[in-house]
Amino acid sequence: MSAMDKKEFTYPEPAELASGRIGEKMILNVGPSHPATHGVLRLKLELDADMVTRADPMVGYLHRGQEKLAENMTYNQFIPFTDRLDYLAPICNNVAFAQCVEKLAGIDVPPRCKAIRVIGCELSRIASHLVGLAAYGMDAGAWTVFMYCYTQREKIMTLFEQLTGARLTASYTRIGGLARDIPDGWLGNVSAFCSQFLPAFDEIDKLITRNRIFIDRTEGIGVISAEDAMQWGLTGPNLRGSGIATDLRKDVPYLGYEDYEFDVPIGVHGDCYDRWLVRIEECRQSVRIIRQAIEKMPDGPYKISDPRIVLPEKDKVLRNMEDLINNFMISTQGPAIPAGEAFFEADNPKGALGFYIISKGAGVPYRVKIRAPSFLSLSAMQEVLPGHHMSDVAIILGSMDFVLGECDR
Amino acid sequence: MADIFGNVLLASAPAGAGVGCDWADLALGVLFSLVAIVVVMTFAGLSVVAERKVCAYIQGRCGPNRTAIPWVLAVPVVGRFLQRAGLMQLAADGLKFLLKEDPLPGHVNKFWFMAAPVMSLSPVLISACVIPFGVYWSGGAANPLSVSNLDIGLLFALAMGGLGVYGTIMAGWSSNSKFPYIAAMRASAQVISYELCLAISTLPVVMFVAQGSDSPLSLFEIGRAQSGGAWFCIAQPLGALLFLTALFAETNRLPFDVAESETDLVSGFHTEYGSFKFGLFFVGEYGHMVVGSALFITLFLGAWNPLPWLAWPEEWGWVSSVLSLLTFLLKIAAMLFFFIWVRWTLPRFRYDQVMNLGWRALLPLSIANVVFYMVWLGLGF
Repeated sequence: MSAMDKKEFTYPEPAELASGRIGEKMILNVGPSHPATHGVLRLKLELDADMVTRADPMVGYLHRGQEKLAENMTYNQFIPFTDRLDYLAPICNNVAFAQCVEKLAGIDVPPRCKAIRVIGCELSRIASHLVGLAAYGMDAGAWTVFMYCYTQREKIMTLFEQLTGARLTASYTRIGGLARDIPDGWLGNVSAFCSQFLPAFDEIDKLITRNRIFIDRTEGIGVISAEDAMQWGLTGPNLRGSGIATDLRKDVPYLGYEDYEFDVPIGVHGDCYDRWLVRIEECRQSVRIIRQAIEKMPDGPYKISDPRIVLPEKDKVLRNMEDLINNFMISTQGPAIPAGEAFFEADNPKGALGFYIISKGAGVPYRVKIRAPSFLSLSAMQEVLPGHHMSDVAIILGSMDFVLGECDR
Repeated sequence: MADIFGNVLLASAPAGAGVGCDWADLALGVLFSLVAIVVVMTFAGLSVVAERKVCAYIQGRCGPNRTAIPWVLAVPVVGRFLQRAGLMQLAADGLKFLLKEDPLPGHVNKFWFMAAPVMSLSPVLISACVIPFGVYWSGGAANPLSVSNLDIGLLFALAMGGLGVYGTIMAGWSSNSKFPYIAAMRASAQVISYELCLAISTLPVVMFVAQGSDSPLSLFEIGRAQSGGAWFCIAQPLGALLFLTALFAETNRLPFDVAESETDLVSGFHTEYGSFKFGLFFVGEYGHMVVGSALFITLFLGAWNPLPWLAWPEEWGWVSSVLSLLTFLLKIAAMLFFFIWVRWTLPRFRYDQVMNLGWRALLPLSIANVVFYMVWLGLGF
């Protein structure tokens, strides 16, 4: 091709221009690779000057077919997959799935297991909220908040590493208990973390919560009324931010949450600022729960002793025929879960994560349905975003604190 | 012709300084130009490192402290210090910009796309010409350490500062892409809102200087008016505050960096840029900060004078000149630190809030400020 043939730059024809616009409006593709979307979310925005007139969230870029995958593996094998749902709070997902299977099988885990799960869940909640607050602050342009939050989250990740051997993908629960007991001195580390966390968290709070610019950016933005929040199926901090005092830990207590003393913060206006305040307060309440759990950590086994559900101890496997058989059966066929159906919802940092499991009575589920709170938070976006400025889109997305891994499943 | 050239180049030289070029003056002019460019570019480069280091310390991190040039690292104490201070990161960053592939997207308007980075950097260097970086005495008269002592230095600097935004607009328009386009629109709207306030808040300073000088718009005269007297930030605190706020908007720094807000516009007007063209924008942005700080220092922070009501004495001769230059540079460094400090502390305004602040608060206040000092001076205080 000679230089003459090379196509020079020309301004697009009116018809070409029109392809990117509707009348006077501009279609703007935000994502799937864009700093505002916190993951592989794609937003198709229709802009009238700087105002959003239509917002179309397009999800599925991270779809891995987790529900289908679950049908082809044993219950315990699916637990690492739950890590990849809301990967900012893996232990919460592990616990929710294990609780659901245990509900199906009618298993009641020992109190020590419950207490450890509570600590793991609440640490996850803090870690997840820290990332949520960090990303939210970053959306508002406050980078220092981001780093402060991540510094604290890093400490929680270290605690997870001590507890589970993995920093991010914990895979800590097993059907009927936990993968292992807490290591020696770990509770002391958690206490030490809590003691230094509260002042550090106050610092984050002081840095931005009463900042005039931050309030201007978030107050009255992304308002979700209580009715709408209920209609759209929002859960967790997003629903509480709209002023509805509902928390599954209080309403349908699991893991013995009824024995812990904690408050459920709620918002008043349902705007971005309220959701920020709710998350800030939930972190403090989580510390309260963790401290109570450490204080009354019961002794005893960390898993049930049903040989058809949980793996036997390793030293027994090598010496005892029965245990060897059980070990083999659980490893290859999965735990013996009776036929039936169960639905369980846990109040996770992102909202109520629900599992609906149908079992035909084997070690493999017949069907697993995951109710992902992030999916519902994102669905609300097409109603919330229109009427806001283009710059507010990032703030609103940040305030909803969704995770695409969970949304796309 | 030579005479004309001589005078254009050295507006401070006495008129008709010999037929042909006065080689001494010409050499002095070239030297001063070099000094101005070196000061601005060095400070722009150093402020990139400072930005990374200061923000790291603000956020409880270490910042860049690994990059090292082997034979520099071998120098006993200095090498290690330079590594820890992240100064060699500067060289690495610069080299990266120079050596990377320079992409030219197919969908851009090539001429304006390439002109835009030049347009955003050159006004910065040009306006550095009129900044008096210090003072020296020869023949019993005080002279500025500047390339050119323009009588309309202030207007010139403001005009050049205003030109900088054309780089942004050209980049946004020629990129033929939506995010840069939106950024360019925001940048132009913002500049219109803040340029006015920026200029008007300097008027009382000019009025004060006009009391004792024939050329009150000369930046050197403005600096001299603060020698041994009250700095204008003390005499006109509101004006200083307004100018500083408008300066943040003018230099596109947080909390007013709506043209570059990476959370919604990817990276604003330079989304389509890479390699050295991006580097020029980058240096231009920091150069803008340096020149803006220099302007603020000259106008309100006592220029090259060490303290209010205290000036470097003329009797010390060249020692005073060097000290005045150092004072000025130190003040620029302090201002840059302030810029960085604010950026890593505050969140970002939304761009209509920026407009609101500009039109509803800063502009009326700056006009009120002018009126106040008009009455003040008119009543003869």
